[in-house]
Amino acid sequence: MISSLEDRGKSEIALMVNGEPKVVRAFPMERLLDVLRQQLGLTGAKEGCGEGECGSCSVLMDDALVNSCLVPILQAEGAAIVTIEGLAAGEQLETLQEAFLECGGSQCGICTPGMILAAFHLLNKNPRPTLQEVKEGLSGNLCRCTGYVQIFEAVARAAERGTTSS
Amino acid sequence: MDHEHIVGAAVPRKEGRDKVTGKARYVDDMLLPDMIYGATVRSQIPRGRIQKITFGPGIAWKEFVVVSAKDIPGKNCIALIGDDQPCLASDLVNHPEEPILLLAHPDRHVLRKAVEAVSIEYNPLPALFTMEESECRSETIWGTDNIFKTYRIEKGDVDAVWSRADYIVEGEYSTGAQEQLYIENNGMIASFDVERGITVWGSLQCPYYVHKALLTLCNLPAEKVRVVQMETGGAFGGKEEYPSMIAGHAALLAIKSGKPVKLIYDRTEDMAATTKRHPSRTRHRTAVSRDGKILGGEIEFTIDGGAYATLSSVVLSRGAIHAGGPYYWPNLRIRAKALATNAPPHGAFRGFGAPQSLFAMERHMDRIARVVGLSPIEIRRRNFLQPGQTTATEQVVREPIDLGKLLDRALSLSEYHSKKERFSIENPAGATKRGMGTAAFLHGAGFTGSGERYLSSVVGVEGCADGGVRVLVSSTEFGQGTKTVLCQIAAEALGLRYEDVTIAQPDTTAVPNSGPTVASRTVMVVGKLVASAARGIQQTLMLTGVLGDSYSADEFRTACRGHMAAHGQLRSWAQYEPPPDIFWDDQAYRGEAYAAYSWAVYVAEVAVDLTTYSASVNDFVALQEVGRVLHPVLAIGQIVGGVAQGIGFALYEKVIWQQGRMQNSQMTNYIMPTSSDLPPIRVFFEELGNVHGAFGAKGIGELPMDGPAPAILNAVEDALGIGFDSIPLLPEDIFEAITGRSLASESDVASRVR
Repeated sequence: MISSLEDRGKSEIALMVNGEPKVVRAFPMERLLDVLRQQLGLTGAKEGCGEGECGSCSVLMDDALVNSCLVPILQAEGAAIVTIEGLAAGEQLETLQEAFLECGGSQCGICTPGMILAAFHLLNKNPRPTLQEVKEGLSGNLCRCTGYVQIFEAVARAAERGTTSS
Repeated sequence: MDHEHIVGAAVPRKEGRDKVTGKARYVDDMLLPDMIYGATVRSQIPRGRIQKITFGPGIAWKEFVVVSAKDIPGKNCIALIGDDQPCLASDLVNHPEEPILLLAHPDRHVLRKAVEAVSIEYNPLPALFTMEESECRSETIWGTDNIFKTYRIEKGDVDAVWSRADYIVEGEYSTGAQEQLYIENNGMIASFDVERGITVWGSLQCPYYVHKALLTLCNLPAEKVRVVQMETGGAFGGKEEYPSMIAGHAALLAIKSGKPVKLIYDRTEDMAATTKRHPSRTRHRTAVSRDGKILGGEIEFTIDGGAYATLSSVVLSRGAIHAGGPYYWPNLRIRAKALATNAPPHGAFRGFGAPQSLFAMERHMDRIARVVGLSPIEIRRRNFLQPGQTTATEQVVREPIDLGKLLDRALSLSEYHSKKERFSIENPAGATKRGMGTAAFLHGAGFTGSGERYLSSVVGVEGCADGGVRVLVSSTEFGQGTKTVLCQIAAEALGLRYEDVTIAQPDTTAVPNSGPTVASRTVMVVGKLVASAARGIQQTLMLTGVLGDSYSADEFRTACRGHMAAHGQLRSWAQYEPPPDIFWDDQAYRGEAYAAYSWAVYVAEVAVDLTTYSASVNDFVALQEVGRVLHPVLAIGQIVGGVAQGIGFALYEKVIWQQGRMQNSQMTNYIMPTSSDLPPIRVFFEELGNVHGAFGAKGIGELPMDGPAPAILNAVEDALGIGFDSIPLLPEDIFEAITGRSLASESDVASRVR
């Protein structure tokens, strides 16, 4: 589909994705979100707004929580990216994933990958957050279904059990 | 049969694992070989005639597929109730963002520039933007009188009550448009070949609505249109009717290009062009006796439908029927009207008219209380509907509901009285004023009146080769838990384990039409049919002698496997039959409007900060009677989520209109509640059971949208002593009411000084 002419201006960019080294060819200003979804087939990160407001595209980049719709791929050169696909160890769900399932933290599911990664990031920094800290830690991730209460419960349950550290 | 009850247990969500691992497949996650991308060229003006379309320079137009109204093989309309909404405007445009042309290209990144390069010259016509302008009829923009639909509900003799009244209480209340704001934007993929016809995959609530619209638009026989629902990232009514439009567009591009076409909206397009909750205006005039009894009244309920009829008539109907709230009106006249304006059509959104008219009713009850000199609690208690009494449509309340008891429990759970007392002491000296407010309400489950009879839904249950069973319905999952609860119902009916039951992906070539997934009807109406179809499987296995009267899940699986091996197929169907004692008169709008109602009392605790003039909710108690709760975690999730949307409706979410176009069509300037904005939302149930629903269930999904806004505004009035009758209520409104100064004029002054 892409002609050689269109390919001009693209660069090779190396990065780690879910623990595996990857090299992608992309325009430097292409969004990390598009590279993940279209080139690497990692469609867990979702586009909700395209302007960093909803958090559905959240991924971890060198242990920081970022909106992948705002990150030019150039900036991810050499970075270690973790997406929702990288959280479970095979069939074994990560503690937070299990807790979201049990507590009803996921309804339509579209915010869930970003929300779980935001919670994962929070628990890595602060393994026993207060409710207020959970609210603040997740305030960059919008959910229209749950009213958040069951998400808070899921995070509290995962914190109790102790989440696996990245 | 000896097994643990599955109905009532918090079993894991069927598709939950896929959702928490990122494997769930939404439409934008799907790729087809050779797929190209579509975009929509939309009207820039509210009303006018298209004069000329120019494809501007700098774009390789030859690479694009371009579709206009001339390319439509069938009828140029989105078939729904009426056929007035075109799929693509050909001559006249009636609202901003109305689709005119479609473009497609292999590279999705070039589409935006191409859309901008199309320039359209119009001969503008005068447009109408408010209900008042539409009523004045300076222009006729729809039909002969700008009116999509009117209803009149008449009970008793209203004209005779005014002379007997000790008080006549009047009020006018209004609600704004509200965006559904599902986090997954609308989207569709279509592919076409002559043999198989059109297939669309998409984010949608109602596969058979899309199917019907495509038949009409593409002029194809039913078997050549296939609609498949992908995982759907929230809907709330916002994916009830508009997906038919997007599916139509994708289909037209696929037919013309011969390639699969993906058409995904970005957030701005989704917010500006697709449906929102109908803005409303409700006028009450109520005759009340000295002791606070409602003697009768008139309610005038008016909604803004936007430019085309779409679903406005049904939204109006539900809003009108709910307009009297959960109270006994010996005499009542409700006049309801849906008007045309030159805005994108308003549409389905959770509650479907009822949140609008109930907001008015519940604010009006507090006004009546003040006039009569009773508390907001006492005025409600004295007028609650009792079993044996009749509703606005003269439906006899047969359920043993005790609203007084529900109210008492909600007051006690929210510590209403002690808090109110405390606030009355603390408020005078504080910079933050606190208040308590209540709302009592009801919500009818299922389609209104004869609706379910017309739908005549069909569901199936089939045996699988491994001995389990599979539910076949077009009812869709978009977060509420459809898949989970319908599987629970089938498992319970058959005495199987939850794991023994699966559910088919909604696909019109594979599942029957179990009706649209709307109107809080899925668990109650479709669920009951699922139980009945499941029992058909059991009967077949018993009649053929492979299953005994009492069996284990494993014995069932063996019997089912055996039957499948011998006969190839095991299927059972169930079709809706109206209960014999249900009577509805469509002409007089009288009778059993709904087979069952859910009932609720909500209590809000609100704080108004006099430094920022913002109101926030500090605590929220939601107590409801919804029949039997089939899945406690999902049920609580429905209530909390609905209350959160209700809080947004009341205090945050304002659509800013200019010339019929939404100005704030971004998540940065249309504000929905974040995790930091919401109070503890505490959910409680009463469970009376219900004969019409599966295992005693009633509808639940829409109910929680109805109560928060009036409860919150009642609490604001309790806190400030100033009442507000219009939502959303933003800090600037509170500022203006308290200071008597207008923010608009302040900024004028400020800019002049500068």
